[in-house]
Amino acid sequence: MRNPLSDKVVQIQPSGIRKFFDVVSEMPDAISLGVGEPDFDTPWYIREEGIYSLEQGRTFYTSNAGLKELKDEIAKYLKRRQGLSYDPDHEIMVTVGGSEGIDVGLRAILNPGDEVILPEPCYVSYLPCITLADGVPVRVPLKEKNQFKLTPEELLGAITDKTKAVILAFPNNPTGAVMTKEELAPLVDIIIEKDLLVITDEIYAELTYDVKHCSIASFPGMKERTIFINGFSKAYAMTGWRLGYACAPALIMEQMIKIHQFAIMCAPTTSQYAAVAALRHCDDEVDKMRESYNQRRRFVMKSFEDMGLKCFEPYGAFYAFPSIEEFGMSSEDFANRFLQEEKVAVVPGTAFGECGEGFLRISYAYSIEELKEALGRLANFVERLRAERK
Amino acid sequence: MMREEILRLIEKNSRIDLGELAALLGSDETLIANEIAKMEKEGVICGYHTLINWDKTTDEKVSALIEVKVAPQRGQGFEKFAERIYNYPEVKALYLMSGDYDFSVSLDGKTMKEVSMFVSEKLSTIDGVLSTATHFVLKKYKDHGTALISKPKSERMIITP
Repeated sequence: MRNPLSDKVVQIQPSGIRKFFDVVSEMPDAISLGVGEPDFDTPWYIREEGIYSLEQGRTFYTSNAGLKELKDEIAKYLKRRQGLSYDPDHEIMVTVGGSEGIDVGLRAILNPGDEVILPEPCYVSYLPCITLADGVPVRVPLKEKNQFKLTPEELLGAITDKTKAVILAFPNNPTGAVMTKEELAPLVDIIIEKDLLVITDEIYAELTYDVKHCSIASFPGMKERTIFINGFSKAYAMTGWRLGYACAPALIMEQMIKIHQFAIMCAPTTSQYAAVAALRHCDDEVDKMRESYNQRRRFVMKSFEDMGLKCFEPYGAFYAFPSIEEFGMSSEDFANRFLQEEKVAVVPGTAFGECGEGFLRISYAYSIEELKEALGRLANFVERLRAERK
Repeated sequence: MMREEILRLIEKNSRIDLGELAALLGSDETLIANEIAKMEKEGVICGYHTLINWDKTTDEKVSALIEVKVAPQRGQGFEKFAERIYNYPEVKALYLMSGDYDFSVSLDGKTMKEVSMFVSEKLSTIDGVLSTATHFVLKKYKDHGTALISKPKSERMIITP
C-alpha cells in the first residue's frame, strides 16, 4: 500500500500529557493535581438555560458566526469587563472552545514559511496548530527569574524579517504567570514598530488574583493587529460545553469565518443559548469561583513554603509551577516516581515545552480537602527525596 | 473585607481550623482568631451548629411550617407576639413576613400529633392570633445551602492539558 498518511501530521509529536495520561490510567486509585479544568459544576443558571433551549426544540444550526443574541452579549461583556469594543456583526465569531479560535486564527493569517513567535512554557496546542497552518514556530523559552513573563529583549531577539505573529497567553497555563498593563506596554511598542500580528489567548482573563487583567487588544493601535481568543470553559466552568469566541478586525475575521464555516459549520446551539445566560446572569458566580481559587492558591503557596519547595507566586489561572531543580531529576522522572510512590498525578513541566524542564504543573482546581491530601503526599515525597540525597 | 471572607468560609465549614483559615486568606492566625472572637462578642457569629439529615437516623422527626396571622396591638406591634412564639423550644425559626400572613414559624416535633397540639393549644390560643395554617414538610432536598441528596461522582478526567 502506498503511504496513507500526511507527512505534515506524522511529524507532529503527540502531546506529552497523553503519554503520562496513559500511565495514570493504569492506576485507578491515584489522586491528581493534574487537571486543566475547573472542579465546579457549571452554574445552575447556565445549565437550566441549556435544558430550556432543548425543551423549546432549539436544536438547529445557528448562523456560522454564532447566535446574534450571544455575539451581542459577548460584545457587551468585553466592553464591561475589559474595555474592549468589538462589533458583534463583523468582528466576533463563536467557536468550539478557545482551541478552535487558535487553530482558525493561525490558518487565517499564515502563509508557508511565516514565523510565529511562541513563548514557552505554554498550552499544548499552539505549536502543532502553527505547524498545521504551514507556519514556522520560533520558540522563546521564558525564565522563572522573570516570573515567566515575556520581556521586550526576548521578543526583539526572536523577531526576524519572516516573523508574522506573536502568540501571547496570559494568564498562563501552565505557569500561572500574568502580564500587567505596564509589562505589556513595551511589547506593544515593538509589535507595532515591527508590524506584527498578535494572537492573544485570554481564556483565563477572569481568573487573576490581586492584579487586574489587561488585554493587549486594549492598547491603541493593537485591535487592528490582534486576534483575541476567549471562551466560557474556565470562567464559567463550562469545559464540556465546548464554547469559546474569537474577535478580530473584520478583514481577518472574514477569512476566519470562512474556515470555521467549512470545518465546523457552527458552535453547538445548546451551548450558545446557555452561554447567553452565563453572560447575562453569572458575574456573581464568577466572582465566587474566583474567590475560591484565590483561597486555594494561597493554600497551595503556603504548603510549598512549609515544605521548602521553591515557587514564584502565580497571579492567574489555577496553576502553580514549582521548581524541582534541587532534586537533580528530570520533571518526568519526578512525576513518574511521585505517581508510583505516592499515587498522585502531576504534569511534568516539559509537557508544555522543553524549557518546562525542572518544573511541575500543579493545578489547584480542587477542593481544599483534596489539596490537603495531595499536598501532604507531596511533602512526604519531597522529604524522602531530600533524605536520599544526603 | 476580610471579615466577610472569614464568614463566608466558616458559614460553610465551622470546624475549619485556624491554620487552614489563615492559609486560605493569606493572613495570620492570631489576627483571624481575634477577628472571630470579636464577631462572637458582637453577635455577628451566633453559634456553630451542625447540619444533620435526620432522615438517615432512627430518630422520628416531623417538621412543619406554620403561617400565622395576628392582629397587632397598639404600642406593641409584632414584637410581643414574636417573643411569645420564639420562646418555645420547639420553634426552630421565626420570621416576620411580608404578604398574606404575618409570621412564619418553623417547627420541629416528634410526631404530627405533637405539632398539632402545639398549634392548637399554644399558638392559636395566644391573644390576638387570628388564624394559623400548618404545612408539614414531606421531604427535605436542601437545607442551609446544602443538598441532602448525594451527588454522582465527578467524571472529570484525572489529567488534562
